[in-house]
Amino acid sequence: MKYILMMNGKKSDFEGYARWSKEDLQANVVFMRTFSKELKDSGVFVSTEGLGWPSEAKLVRAGKDGEPITDGVFPESKEFLAGYWIIDVESPEQAYKIAARASQAPGAGGTPANMPIEVRPVLSGHADLGL
Amino acid sequence: MKYILLMSGARAGVEAYHAWSKQDIEAHMAVLQRINKDLIESGEFVATQGLAEPKEAKVVRGEKNGVPVTDGIFPESKEFLLGYWIVDVPDAERAYAIAGRISAASVNMPIEVRQFATHEAKSR
Amino acid sequence: MANHPYDVPFEHLLRELAPQVLGAVARRFRDFSSAEDAVQEAMIAAFTQWPQEGIPENPRGWMIQVACRRMADQVRSEIARRERETAVAAETENLASLLEIEADMDPDDTLILLFMCCHPALTPASAIALTLRAVGGLTTAEIANAFLVPEATMAQRISRAKQTIKASGTPFRLPSPHERAGRLPAVLHVLYLIFSEGYVSSIGSHLQRLDLAREAIRLTRSTKTLLPENDEVAGLLALMLLTDARRAARTGRDEELIPLDKQDRSLWDHVEISEGIELLTAALARGSVGLYQLQAAIAAVHDEAERAEDTDWPQILALYELLNRVSSGPMVTLNHAIAAAMVHGPAKGLELLRALDSDPRIASHYRLDAVRAHLFEKMGHHEAAIKHYRIAAARTTSIPERNYLMTQAARLASD
Repeated sequence: MKYILMMNGKKSDFEGYARWSKEDLQANVVFMRTFSKELKDSGVFVSTEGLGWPSEAKLVRAGKDGEPITDGVFPESKEFLAGYWIIDVESPEQAYKIAARASQAPGAGGTPANMPIEVRPVLSGHADLGL
Repeated sequence: MKYILLMSGARAGVEAYHAWSKQDIEAHMAVLQRINKDLIESGEFVATQGLAEPKEAKVVRGEKNGVPVTDGIFPESKEFLLGYWIVDVPDAERAYAIAGRISAASVNMPIEVRQFATHEAKSR
Repeated sequence: MANHPYDVPFEHLLRELAPQVLGAVARRFRDFSSAEDAVQEAMIAAFTQWPQEGIPENPRGWMIQVACRRMADQVRSEIARRERETAVAAETENLASLLEIEADMDPDDTLILLFMCCHPALTPASAIALTLRAVGGLTTAEIANAFLVPEATMAQRISRAKQTIKASGTPFRLPSPHERAGRLPAVLHVLYLIFSEGYVSSIGSHLQRLDLAREAIRLTRSTKTLLPENDEVAGLLALMLLTDARRAARTGRDEELIPLDKQDRSLWDHVEISEGIELLTAALARGSVGLYQLQAAIAAVHDEAERAEDTDWPQILALYELLNRVSSGPMVTLNHAIAAAMVHGPAKGLELLRALDSDPRIASHYRLDAVRAHLFEKMGHHEAAIKHYRIAAARTTSIPERNYLMTQAARLASD
C-alpha cells in the first residue's frame, strides 16, 4: 500500500529555514540523505522530491481563450508543500512510524524539529475483484 | 525541467464535487484521461497521483522516543492536496499551459505550479 | 501479452527455465540466496546475448553454466578476500560437468522453490516479489514495473527476503508431507495475491505492465502439475480461471468499472470458463469443500448464467453459508449479505451487514458502505444510498472504484 508523507510550511517557515546556520542546514541535509537511504535499504522507497520555494510558485487558471493566467495570489496563511516521500508499506502503522522518523529531522539549533508530517494513502489504479 | 502541478481543495469543495451530476463527473474523468494520454504521447508525462480524501489523512509527529503521535487533523476550511501531475517540460510556460488545461477541465480550480528542487548546483 | 522492454519471443522460454536452473544451481552449491542472484544474472545475460547469437541448442544447460560460473567467481572472490582454502574452494576448482548437474535435477525443484519463497516468516509483499522472481522467472525490473516501485527498491525487497530465508536455516529440500500440509496454504495465498494484484488500470503507468493475473495462472498450473491430487490447488486454479474469464467485460472504454450484473457476457472467455468448471467438478466430486473450491463454485454459478437475471442466487447463497463455516470473515459476510439480499430481499441483506458495524476489521472499510448503498438503492431508499455511496467513494483508495461509486451517487441524485 502506497502512502505519501508530506512536509508543509507557511511562507514564514521557508523564510526561517533560509536563515538557518550553515551547520543546521548541513545537519538537516545529512539527516534527509540518511533517511532516504534507510527507506531504500528497507525496500519501501518509491520516490522523494523537494519542491522549489513558494516565491517561485504560481497559481494557474485558464483564461477565456484557453491561455493560462498566472497572476493568482496565495493567502498568507497558505501551507505550501515543501517536499514529500512516497513509500510502499504493509500497513498504515508502518507508514506512521516512518513519518515519525521523518519528523525527527533536525531543525534550527540542531534539535529534532518535530515537524508535523501529513500522511495520506496514495490512490491506486487497482480495482477490487471482490473475491 | 520537472514541475509538479498540485490540485488542492477544501472540504466544502470536495463535497460539492461529490454532488456533481453523473454526466459532469464522467465528462470530467474523460477530459482528465484525455490530458494524461496527450501528455504521455508528447513525452511530457512523468507521473500523476490521486490522494485519498482528507478523512483518511493523518498528521504524525515524532515523540522524543520516536513513537509516532497521530492526530486526525484538519479544520473544515483547510485546503488539502487532492492530487498532482509531474511533467517534464522545456520551460515554465509549458508547465503553466498544461496547468491551465487541467484547471479548465476542473471548473477552473487554480492549479499550483512548482518546480522540483534539483540536486544540481545550478538551478535552471 | 506483456510488452516486455526487450520484446523478445523467448521470454516465455526463459521464465519456464529459470526455476529449473535455480533448483539445479541451488542444490549444487547449497546456497539458495546466492544461486538466485546468479540465475538472475544468467537471465539478463540471455536477454542480452540470445537476440544476437540465437537461442543455444541447450538453453537450460547454457543458463546453468553461466549461473555456475557466476557462483564460482563469487566463491573465489570471497575466498580471495578471506585468504584461505575451504572445501567449497576445492569443489569449485573441480566444477562438476554439466551432465552431472543436469542428472541431479529434480522435477520437484520448482515445488521446493515455491515453499521456500512463500516462507511464513516473509511479509506478503516480500513473498510475492521473491516468488515472481525465483519461481516465475521474472526480472527485477519487470516485477518493479508491475508494482510501480523503483527497480532498486524491488531488488532490495527481494534481497532482504532471501536474507530472512537464509536466517531461518531452511534447507533446500521438499518439506515432509506433514510440513507440506501446513505450508501449502501460505503458497496458495501468495499465488492468490499475485492474481488479485493483476487487475489494474493503466493511468499513470505508460509502460505496459506485466500481466500478473496470467503469471499467477501459469504458476498455479505448474503447482497443480506438481501436486496433481491436491484439491485446494485445483480449486484455486479454477477460481482464477473463472474470474479471469470475465476480464474483458470488467472495464469499459474509458477504463470505468462495470459491475457483474451489467457486464456484456458475450465478452466472457468461455474456454476459461469450461476449463474452470471442469477442474472444479473433478475436485467437488472428490468431496472436497475447501476455501478456494467454494469460492470457485460461486464464480462458476455466476459464469454459468447466460444473463444476469438467470443467476442461480439460491445456490450462491447456500455456497456462502457453507463458505462461512469453512472460512468466516468480514469479506465473506459482505458477499453473503449481497446473496441473501438477492434471495430474501435487500432488508435481509442489510440485517446481515449490521453485524459488521462492530467488527473493527471492516467497520470503516469502503466496501461495507458500498454494499450498504447498493442495498439501500434496491429498497428505494435513495437518500441513504447516496449517502453511503459517497462515504464509500471517500474511503476507497482505488481510483476506478472511487469513480464508479461517485457516479452511482450522482446517478441517484439526479433521478
